[in-house]
Amino acid sequence: MSDLWIIVTGALVASACGIVGCFLVLRKMAMIGDAISHSVLPGIVIAFLVSGSRDSLFMLLGAAGIGLVTVLLIQLIHQSGLQSDASIGVVFTALFAIGIILVSVYTRDIDLDLDCVLYGEIAYIPWNTLQLGSLDMGPKAVWGIGLALLLSVALIGIFYKQFKLTSFDPTFAAAVGIPVALFHYLLMSLVSVTTVASFESVGAILVVGMLVVPPATAYLLTDRLGRMMIYSVVIGCISSAAGYYAAQFLDASIAGSMVSTAGFLFVIALLFSPRHGVLLRKWKQRRILADAAAEPFV
Amino acid sequence: MPDWFIIFLDPNARWILLGCMLLGFSSGIIGSFSYLRKQSLMGDALAHAALPGVCIAFMLSGSKSIGLFLIGAAAAGFIATFGIGYITRHTRIKQDSALAIVLSVFFGLGTVLLTHIQHSGNSNQSGLDKFLFGQAASLVGDDVMVMSVTSLLLAGICTLLYKEFKLLSFDPGFARGLGYPVAFLDQLMMFLMVVVVVVGIQAVGIVLMAALLITPAVSARYWTEKLGVMVVLAGLFGALSGMAGTFISANGSNLPTGPLTVLASTAVFLVSLGFAPGRGLVSKLLIHRTARRRYTQQLASTAGYELERKEKAL
Repeated sequence: MSDLWIIVTGALVASACGIVGCFLVLRKMAMIGDAISHSVLPGIVIAFLVSGSRDSLFMLLGAAGIGLVTVLLIQLIHQSGLQSDASIGVVFTALFAIGIILVSVYTRDIDLDLDCVLYGEIAYIPWNTLQLGSLDMGPKAVWGIGLALLLSVALIGIFYKQFKLTSFDPTFAAAVGIPVALFHYLLMSLVSVTTVASFESVGAILVVGMLVVPPATAYLLTDRLGRMMIYSVVIGCISSAAGYYAAQFLDASIAGSMVSTAGFLFVIALLFSPRHGVLLRKWKQRRILADAAAEPFV
Repeated sequence: MPDWFIIFLDPNARWILLGCMLLGFSSGIIGSFSYLRKQSLMGDALAHAALPGVCIAFMLSGSKSIGLFLIGAAAAGFIATFGIGYITRHTRIKQDSALAIVLSVFFGLGTVLLTHIQHSGNSNQSGLDKFLFGQAASLVGDDVMVMSVTSLLLAGICTLLYKEFKLLSFDPGFARGLGYPVAFLDQLMMFLMVVVVVVGIQAVGIVLMAALLITPAVSARYWTEKLGVMVVLAGLFGALSGMAGTFISANGSNLPTGPLTVLASTAVFLVSLGFAPGRGLVSKLLIHRTARRRYTQQLASTAGYELERKEKAL
C-alpha cells in the first residue's frame, strides 16, 4: 500500500509541475522556476515560525508570497541595468542563504530538517496521514499536492486562451486587451504554490527537474500546447513510477531516481523524437542528400 | 585586545578565515569574466553537476581526497557544459531550459549516487554529504593549502592570459579573426570555473557557490567601466565577504559560514546598487534631477526671452 501512495504522490507532483512547467519552458523562464524553488525556503521557514505547524494554509501563502517577491526583485534589478541571468543568480542565492540561516537558528527547537527541505523524503509520505475524526483519509502530502494540481488545472483551464496567447505572443495579447502582467504574476504564483506543495516530497532542487525536464521532453515531441501538457504529465507519471522501482533496486533516493529517469526519457526524446530528434533529422538530411546525388543533372 | 579578535589567535579559525577569503577572491575574478560573457548561471549548473562527479570519484577510489574529487567534478562539469551546448545547438530548446535540465538531472543523479553510497555501509563515507553541502568550519590546514595554491594559479593564469580573456569576453568573433584559439580559451575558462567551484563547494556548498561567482562580480560592475579594475574589485569584494562571513560566524553566533558569506556579498551588492557613482540608483536619481532642473531652467529662460522680445515688439 505504501508503494502505491509513494507512486501516487510522485505522479501528482510530476503532473502539477508538468502543467505549469510547460509555460515556463515556452516563456524561456526555466531558470526563474529554479530561482523560485530555491527562494521559497525562507518563506516556508517564516510561515512555519509564524503558524507553528507544518501543514497549514500559511505555508502555501507564505511561499506563494515570497515567490512573487522573488520575481519582483529579479525584475527590479534587471530593470536597473543588470543582465537577467545575473539578477536571477543574485536574488535566489541571497534568499536561499537567508533561509538556511533561519533554519540553522531555529532548527534546535523545531522539527524542520535541512536535509528534508533540500532533498525531500518521499519515502515517509505514507505514514504522515490526514485524520478526519477517526477516518484515515490517506497521506497529507497527497491532499496538498492534489489541491495544488486542482488549482493549476482549474486556473489554466479557465484562462487557457489567455495563458496561451501571453506565452506565445505577449505583444499581440496586450494589443487585444489581455492583462499580460496579471497573467505573468498568476503563473508565477502557480509555480510557487506547486513548488511548495511538492517541496516535502521531492525537495527544493529536484522540483526544478520536475518543472522543466518533462515539459522539455514533451516540447521535443509535439508542436501543440494542449498535447505538450498532456505528454508532459504522462512523461512525469512514467518517470515517477519507473524512478520509484529504480530507487528500490539501487537502494537510493526516490526523488533523485525520479528526476534521473525523467532525464533518461529526455535523452531518448532528444535522439529519437520523430519531429525534432537529432538522429532522425540527420537521417532525413542524409536521405535528401542521397536523393539529390542520385538524381541526374538536367 | 578586543574581544572578537581573540578568536583569531586560534590557528584553526585563521585557516578558515584565510580559506574563505581566498575562495572569495578567486571566485570574484573568474566570476567577472563569466558575467561579461553572459554565463553567470553556468557556475550554478557546474556546481550542481559536480555532485555526481564527486560521488563517482569516491565510488571508484573509496577515499575522500580532494584531488580525485577535483578530477571527477571537472569531468562531470565538462559533460554538463557539453550537454548544455549540444541541447541549445541541436534542438529548439533554449539555453535557460537546457541549463535547468542539465542542472537538475545531474543533481538528481548525484543524489541517487550519494544515497546509494550512504546506504552501502561504507564507513569511510561519513561526512561526504557535509563535505558537499558546505561546512567551512571543517576546513583544515591541508584544504587551505589546496585553496591557496589553486587561487594563486587562477590569479596567475588570469594575469597571463588577461588580454586573451578580455578579447574573448567582449568580442569572440574578433578574437577568432585575429587567430586566437577561441575554442581552447573557452574550454580553459570553463575549466577554471570548474576548479573554483570544486574548491569552493566544501566551504559554502553547492547552491551558494553560484552566489560567490555572481554577486561580487556584479557588484564590481557597478563601480567601474574598466575590465582590469572590475576584476580586481570583484576579487576584493569576494575576499571581503569571505572575511565578514567568517567574523560573524566565529563570534559565537553559531551560524554557518557559507550562507553568512553569501549574505555579506549581497550586502556589498546592495550598497553598490544603491550608491555606486554613475550606475547606482541614487546617482541615477541625481543625474535625472539635475537634467530635469537644467531643462526647466532653460525653458524658463527661453520663455522669458520670448516674452521680452514680444514686449519690445509691442
